[in-house]
Amino acid sequence: MTYELPPLGALPDEAITIGAHAEDWRAAIRVVADALVASGAAEDPYGERMIALVEQFGPYIVIAPGLALAHARPGPDVLAPGLALVTLAEPVAFGHAHNDPVSVVIGLAAAEADQHVASVAGLANVFNDPSVIPALAEAASADEIRRLLSRAAEPGLS
Amino acid sequence: MKIVALCGAGIGTSEILRVNALRALERLDVEAEVAASDVAGVAVAAAGAQVILTSPELVSSIGATNADIVVITNYFDLDEITAKLEIAVG
Repeated sequence: MTYELPPLGALPDEAITIGAHAEDWRAAIRVVADALVASGAAEDPYGERMIALVEQFGPYIVIAPGLALAHARPGPDVLAPGLALVTLAEPVAFGHAHNDPVSVVIGLAAAEADQHVASVAGLANVFNDPSVIPALAEAASADEIRRLLSRAAEPGLS
Repeated sequence: MKIVALCGAGIGTSEILRVNALRALERLDVEAEVAASDVAGVAVAAAGAQVILTSPELVSSIGATNADIVVITNYFDLDEITAKLEIAVG
């Protein structure tokens, strides 16, 4: 099926939460789930399903130092393909041997298993620059986050 | 050559690994098919694969396989992925 997520640099305000306070990794995932719900991508059960995935397989979603990519399988609680991004005021341990603590959590929702491709390739373009995760963690505004997410996606910089 | 990028749900992290594995293979000038899979489908997806790329946490979920299991710590670190793939496919 055709699928196109909005460009990363066009994430709506509702999908961005800056400086959230989370006491543990479950709370951090719930914050990003709230942002997915607020931006219309998912309904409430999706957050608990993202948590369940980590409970089942461990903290493998912490895919780079300081960054967790929270997600779950497609399901009826996904309303539209979407991304959300949360920065944490205090970094949180997910239990990953190498990449803890986490200061940036991205939530990914896909309604079909093949819907992630375009958006995820874009994420790879952005985060292959190792300076982006600490810069996002320090960002003070949604505009700054959008600027960082669109910067590396510009032609010629990938 | 067939390579499988593995994650828990088959969306998201395995796709990032797949995209960056393709970039690493380009650096190495190696032609390979790279597929993303979840843990539940790995036995089928990895049939005939030479390499399974995955996270340290998922190694124990893979089960019996003839493929080389390559553990990637930082999914965005092309140097790490390239160096480990070079050993596995070299």
